[in-house]
Amino acid sequence: MNRYIPLTKEDQTHMLKQIGVDGIDDLFSDIPDDLKLNRKLNLPDGISEHEVRRKMTDISKKNKNLDDFISFLGAGAYDHYIPSVVSHVAGRSEFYTSYTPYQPEISQGTLQYIFEFQSMMSELTGMDVINASMYDGATATAEAAIMAMRSNNRNKIIVAATIHPATLAVLKTYCHFREIDLVVLPEKQGRVDNEQLSCIDGDTSAVIVQSPNFYGLIEDVSTIEKTTHDNKALLIMNVDPISLGVLKSPGEYKADIVAGEGQGLGIPLSFGGPYLGFIGTTNKLMRKMPGRICGLTEDIEGKPGYVLTLQAREQHIRREKATSNICSNQSLCALRAVVYLSTMGQKGLKEVALQSLSKAHYAKEQLLATGVMKEVHQGPFFKEFVLESTLDAAMIEEALLKKRIIGPLRIEKLLENQKNRLLFAVTEKRTKDEIDQMVNVIREVSK
Amino acid sequence: MKTIEGLYYAKNHEWLKIEGDQGYVGITDYAQHELGDIVFVDMPQIGDTFDAGDVFGAIESVKAASDIYLPVSGEVVAINEDLDEAPELINEDAFENWIIKIKVTNEEDLELLMNAKQYEEYLKEEA
Amino acid sequence: MKKEHKMIIDLSKEGRVAYALPQNDVPTKEWGSYLPEEFQRKTVPRLPEVYEVDVVRHYTNLSNKNYGVDTGFYPLGSCTMKYNPKINEDMASLDGLAKVHPYQQESTVQGSLELLYDLGEKLSEITGMAAFSLQPAAGAHGELAGLMMIKKYHEGRKDSKRRKIIVPDSSHGTNPATATAVGYDLVEIKSDNMGGVNLEALRAELDDETAGLMLTNPSTLGLFERNISKITQMVHDAGGLVYYDGANLNAIMGKTRPGDMGFDIIHLNLHKTFTTPHGGGGPGAGPVGVTKTLEPYLPYPTVQNKNGSYGFDYDRPQSIGRIMAFHGQFGVLARAYTYILSMGSDGLKQVSEAAVLNANYLQSKLKEHFHLPIDTLCKHEFVLSGTSQLSEYRTLDMAKRMLDYGIHPPTVYFPLIIDEAMMIEPTETESLETLDQFVDIMVKIKEEGEGNPALLHNAPISTPVRRLDEAKAARKPVVKW
Repeated sequence: MNRYIPLTKEDQTHMLKQIGVDGIDDLFSDIPDDLKLNRKLNLPDGISEHEVRRKMTDISKKNKNLDDFISFLGAGAYDHYIPSVVSHVAGRSEFYTSYTPYQPEISQGTLQYIFEFQSMMSELTGMDVINASMYDGATATAEAAIMAMRSNNRNKIIVAATIHPATLAVLKTYCHFREIDLVVLPEKQGRVDNEQLSCIDGDTSAVIVQSPNFYGLIEDVSTIEKTTHDNKALLIMNVDPISLGVLKSPGEYKADIVAGEGQGLGIPLSFGGPYLGFIGTTNKLMRKMPGRICGLTEDIEGKPGYVLTLQAREQHIRREKATSNICSNQSLCALRAVVYLSTMGQKGLKEVALQSLSKAHYAKEQLLATGVMKEVHQGPFFKEFVLESTLDAAMIEEALLKKRIIGPLRIEKLLENQKNRLLFAVTEKRTKDEIDQMVNVIREVSK
Repeated sequence: MKTIEGLYYAKNHEWLKIEGDQGYVGITDYAQHELGDIVFVDMPQIGDTFDAGDVFGAIESVKAASDIYLPVSGEVVAINEDLDEAPELINEDAFENWIIKIKVTNEEDLELLMNAKQYEEYLKEEA
Repeated sequence: MKKEHKMIIDLSKEGRVAYALPQNDVPTKEWGSYLPEEFQRKTVPRLPEVYEVDVVRHYTNLSNKNYGVDTGFYPLGSCTMKYNPKINEDMASLDGLAKVHPYQQESTVQGSLELLYDLGEKLSEITGMAAFSLQPAAGAHGELAGLMMIKKYHEGRKDSKRRKIIVPDSSHGTNPATATAVGYDLVEIKSDNMGGVNLEALRAELDDETAGLMLTNPSTLGLFERNISKITQMVHDAGGLVYYDGANLNAIMGKTRPGDMGFDIIHLNLHKTFTTPHGGGGPGAGPVGVTKTLEPYLPYPTVQNKNGSYGFDYDRPQSIGRIMAFHGQFGVLARAYTYILSMGSDGLKQVSEAAVLNANYLQSKLKEHFHLPIDTLCKHEFVLSGTSQLSEYRTLDMAKRMLDYGIHPPTVYFPLIIDEAMMIEPTETESLETLDQFVDIMVKIKEEGEGNPALLHNAPISTPVRRLDEAKAARKPVVKW
């Protein structure tokens, strides 16, 4: 038979007899004849575990991975160090083979880590409440926009041109089908053009700004916040949680809603997923927030316990009137994040942020010194920066690849009118040698 | 299920108590019993206006969420702020604890509502 | 030693560290010169300061309070809680698959692209659809993409009258929630006495305002919709499209296919049918498949194969757009792919046959003791009703008492059209012994309920916590430490 199907021939006979049918086919007699698939599925036959391993290993070897190559790629997914503890905890099958904690009495493990995740993200972002996760940063941002509209019944969403192009694309998709008026705040020299905030008015539901933005630059959120709140609109900030090790938090900016991508918190790059969207807000808007929320309560003996709460907002109860259609979330990724944050603590997180910050600044300095790269933006940035290459960017990319270096990102892959512009990301994992190596390759190319 | 004489009743289990050209609106004992432990009452703002049959708010319990419909056309003149702190008051006494107070803007809507006896009959049919 | 309730923050002590970062070896200025003061955070986030041992013990102890498929039987109807093969975990975490950035040049990720392409092909064959997008992050996300495609399709036909989506009253909550999320009006039709689509009710609702119908087959009652070809025909004749919620695919693999039934768009739940772990609530994956006509509307990018070289296709002018930032839940997709390789065409068919056999066996034994509202051969799941015992105890009490017997209860109070519902889906990865044991426990609990219902009302008593005050949690939510 099959290693995952415990049925023996004997079992089958016994069971068919109990049911009162002659054969398995009788159990499928309700399928009309013209719908019966009277052939084998056109797939290869099943294979042994050893053969599976060989095939999958072959596939994996067709990739260049970041243990063998040095990465300067970022743009929303980052090569931060993942402490060993994270995979060991997330690999405990009581965590990963369990279901959504709808039966709280036997799910206190899941519920408590969700509560701790909510708490830590709350502390980091400075918001009153964070939910148990969303699919990714982009969809979390789209849901934040919808949440804002639900709260103040206005139909216009204003979004900074400097957010990640993929986030903007997802926002556009969600807004188009809900007939939401999406207006883009223009950029000037890489940041939101704060002279053009007049589009924020009494019809605006919310203003969305990402900081650090797609180019790695830190936005002047305070100015945007003032105009937003003067018009009684909501401020939605999209943030990188690693940056909150040192950067001013959304709570400190008086943001109403926060959304973002938590991949940097102990989640493998894994070709783009699964990642970790998060969304959070103030007490005032808590009930308007989509997704699962875990709350602390007591059991009938007065013992503290955790439970999914405010469920009446969700699809399984509210159905067509739910805050969102979201059901499954990214729970196991939230577990990785909570273990990461427990391991790093505030000091470790700050250190990761500072090393990323200083190494990025060192890299930029060294690259400018080669004469091959020109500065594009000025002003404060975090761990990413854009430079314009005086040589063909594709050629630079190939030269780096030959020396086992992946990245930076050629921005023209994601945005128009970005010829020869490169987005460099530098994390705490990069050493001085690695950065110097990368700079040298570029210097050599020019000769 | 408890009903009170002298009130108007709507099919969606709201009650209306008229005082002059104004009225108090709440949900019936049957409704609170169906909902279970009430955890939140979503109320409109003072000044909001609704037509008869419009949704004016929602009541959330642990296991359900129910829209509440205004039995007659009206304008909200007061909301019961006690329900912010203690939504369970409705479970304790659904008739004592009103949700909103309105100014009735179309008297004719009253004709479409039930009295206590008719509502009791209606409940029997529903069962 | 009695373990008291402690959060990780309670184990904090200043000066403890669980991490070790290398020294910063670049020449660095005082960081305030990189980051002006106005951008620096002033508040210090309260995060734990603990040793690595603390982290491991704390979360290990938490895991001991949990129940997973690896712990025991999990007959949750509609969730397909089948065993998660460990080879899947190993393969998804191969360096070559896990340590790859989504924006690497395509020449450096041919392995991942090949996997995505081949998975799309295999899912197409299993379901009878023409093409797939593997981008959606979950079933509900796939539904969202699917309904967006329906909308785009009608927009393309310049038919703005189509504002209604029809769902049966037995549908999963995500179906109506998704319909309204895409701006559709919802029409709910009553099921017939077999829990299937009432053809008259459907006929009455179909008109030139119908955008589409959302269905699952087998239904949420675990019964195959015999009229399915007629239903899809009726909707097509009215100018609408038919959407398949793939949650119940475990019943029909290798036996029949939604594409052959006439469905235009489907989503799959890889965390159900294709054995990727539930993870305590996620991550899942909800690939969406379509007919050839609708292929241009799929989210972009899709994966293409040009003479053996794989790449992303961004040139998709009719696409509904992007629905995720990157390429989808790749780690989850890799697990499902591994599973399909392991099982092959013969294996997948055996899965459905065994799933249906297990469900019918359980049903035939349990109906002797419990009320089975629709008494007919089922597919992979069936629904019992607890109403005959209502005077003494409710389905909820039965479920809580099962926890004392060390098993996870079935899905309760869904579908909504059955009172006091208990939806049971054993899946194919459970043995006859486990099934018999489950029957014994159900019968025992029923006897307890008849003799001493207090045992059920007070249950559970042997779990880490007893019944929790959910009203308190919802009235005064405490959502952080």
